[in-house]
Amino acid sequence: MNFEKVEEILAKYGHKESQIIAILQETQTNYNYLPEEVLKYVSGRLNIPLARVYSVATFYKAFSLERRGKHVITVCLGTTCHVRGGRKILEKIERDLGIKAGETTQDFEFTLETVNCVGCCAIGPILIIDGNYFGEMDLEKLDTVLKKYSAG
Amino acid sequence: MSPRKIRNKDELEELKASILQKREQKRTVIAISVGTCGLARGAGEVMAAFREEIEKHDLSDEVYLRETGCHGFCEKEPLIVIYPNGIFYHSLRPKDVPEIVSETVVKGNIIDRLLYKSLTGEKIICEEDVPFYKKQKRLILGNNRKVDPTDIEDYIAIGGYSALAKALSMSREKIIEEVKKSVLRGRGGGGFPTGIKWETCRNAAGEPKYVLCNADEGDPGAYMDRALLEGNPHSVIEGMIIGAYAIGSAQGFVYVRNEYPLALKNVWIAIEKAKEYGFLGEDILCSGFDFDIEINMGGGAFVCGESTALMASVEGKVGEPRAKYIHTTESGLWGKPSNLNNVETWANVPLIINKGAEWYNKIGTEGSKGTKIFSLVGKVKNTGLVEVPMGITLREIIYEIGGGIIKDKKFKAAQTGGPSGGCIPESLLDLPVDFDELTKIGSMMGSGGMIVMDEGTCMVDVARYFFNFLREESCGKCVPCREGIKRMLEILTDITEGRGKKGDMELLEELSEVLRDASLCALGTTAPNPVLTTIKYFREEYEAHIKDKKCPAGVCKELIQYFIDWEKCTGCDRCVGYCPEGAITGEKKKGDTYIINQNKCIKCGVCFDMCKLDAVIVR
Repeated sequence: MNFEKVEEILAKYGHKESQIIAILQETQTNYNYLPEEVLKYVSGRLNIPLARVYSVATFYKAFSLERRGKHVITVCLGTTCHVRGGRKILEKIERDLGIKAGETTQDFEFTLETVNCVGCCAIGPILIIDGNYFGEMDLEKLDTVLKKYSAG
Repeated sequence: MSPRKIRNKDELEELKASILQKREQKRTVIAISVGTCGLARGAGEVMAAFREEIEKHDLSDEVYLRETGCHGFCEKEPLIVIYPNGIFYHSLRPKDVPEIVSETVVKGNIIDRLLYKSLTGEKIICEEDVPFYKKQKRLILGNNRKVDPTDIEDYIAIGGYSALAKALSMSREKIIEEVKKSVLRGRGGGGFPTGIKWETCRNAAGEPKYVLCNADEGDPGAYMDRALLEGNPHSVIEGMIIGAYAIGSAQGFVYVRNEYPLALKNVWIAIEKAKEYGFLGEDILCSGFDFDIEINMGGGAFVCGESTALMASVEGKVGEPRAKYIHTTESGLWGKPSNLNNVETWANVPLIINKGAEWYNKIGTEGSKGTKIFSLVGKVKNTGLVEVPMGITLREIIYEIGGGIIKDKKFKAAQTGGPSGGCIPESLLDLPVDFDELTKIGSMMGSGGMIVMDEGTCMVDVARYFFNFLREESCGKCVPCREGIKRMLEILTDITEGRGKKGDMELLEELSEVLRDASLCALGTTAPNPVLTTIKYFREEYEAHIKDKKCPAGVCKELIQYFIDWEKCTGCDRCVGYCPEGAITGEKKKGDTYIINQNKCIKCGVCFDMCKLDAVIVR
């Protein structure tokens, strides 16, 4: 495994233990998830026990220790999105993709995740695909949006 | 070229004057809101169209396109305000832009169809006359439309960093005294007096001291901190520098949740810019005072909004709270005296220093001074961020600013305080909103989420929702919270799925007491609030679920059935196409032949949502 990128990220954050969340975040962005080897490498370079790195990587919801899909779909289930029907959006995606929240499709095209509020409450329900926000989601709009990502 | 560092108050004044002079050459300012919510509604494309049009008309020297954070009226995004006249256009599409530039910017003509139409049908030209804004007092949030968050000169132009210059000429005791006199209370939820917190931290033994900004806005439904950090990060930074000076700290941290990428980016830019201009770093404004700010990113854990958990997370550890026999002001980050305030609290500080405690004191109620930003969301007509003086009633917020309930349905409850707060019923709509009043009725201010619910919301389901949220977010360190929430969720799930039994409500109340008394941190001690307030104010709804196995609001899946209303159905066949289970059958164009096969129906509600004629009914 090539750790060049991790090394770059570690340097950017000054090899600081206090920046471990940011380091792991950026590493995940680059590697798609947090492979075991990377956690071991970070532990060695920051000189902190692997158990500590592992506890951080498993405590915070933003991290995944498993390979994720090409597209990450995030459905907001904050209170407002819940009241406005966010769960129906999630259930429809679950049915369409044949996976549950937290899972990845077999062809590694999509990972489906939920989040407890992204702070766009005025225009919920919110759907985020690969960092692009879609507001006022309804079942009809959902089809159009999903199709865009399914094609490519 | 990096700018010259500002050395004192006079130089700051000079810089401000020169910026204003430079700005005067621009005839028109178009402030476009491109916060996260704006972008989600297509503001990015609208902005690109403006850039192109301005270029095309060769207006770059005359028009300043200001890319700002959220103005508050998120529902009407993408929106712009055109100065000097303050013309307000909303719900824009890129195709509207050429006309705006050629008609309004060039010729000064108003485009009727882009104006805001009030609920009574009146067309409104100026932003300040829009009813949504009229009743507000936008002391903090109002600056968002005046600054490009990535341009420090915009902030300086509205008097930014003048409070810092003033503070550096005051004694540290005097600053703390002023903040104490202002009775500023923590906007993150607790409402602890900020001045007293600062004083305790300043007097605490131990060096170094730290100041922190809590931007881990985890309460679902609240997003004012995101709007402030995205839209006006310098105001927060300025507040922090003043606080650090008063407390005697050389190092600050901003802890931002990772769900806010734009806020992270804008704070980062703001810190770099503040350093360039000499407002941050070594020898700030040549006063001999050093202070630096580091950004820490959250990882998606609600509990990290709690002070001790947040500090553990900043240290690079798992965000678990600890018992607070010793306050963080005495022993916080790395065991040193640490002062943590919320984003909105910090943003209030420059205002207090500039205008004085006496001025600030005139706004609000006896125990709660100043304004509070709420996110007015849910089933209300005008949704967005509203900044109001403390003491305004819920009715004023929901009906006068919010315009009432969507489709004029019946109001049922307003939820404040997130998972730590409660649901407020109609009978309490005239309650003045401040820290103490909300606590008295069993809810709390929280960070300012205000989620309006109508008759189509099931209050038992809402309580279950919060407990599901809290079960996921409980860090698991203490037993009452970890196990108590789980048990309470089981009971609530049973009730919503038709397995509720006599004594369930009493058991929920008993468990609530244990959670309240024995949990380690506020996540656990306040967790019962959504259950206790819904039992208190909506008892009959619980009873309907438990005794009659009915969900009056038509939400709880196990207790409802969908039917076709033959009187309304025209046989358009739309629902048939959308039903994932093929449970709906009927002969096209013959409405009264459509039926839902209850054995096949999974109650996903798709037909109910998709029917344009309200011909699907739920019972």
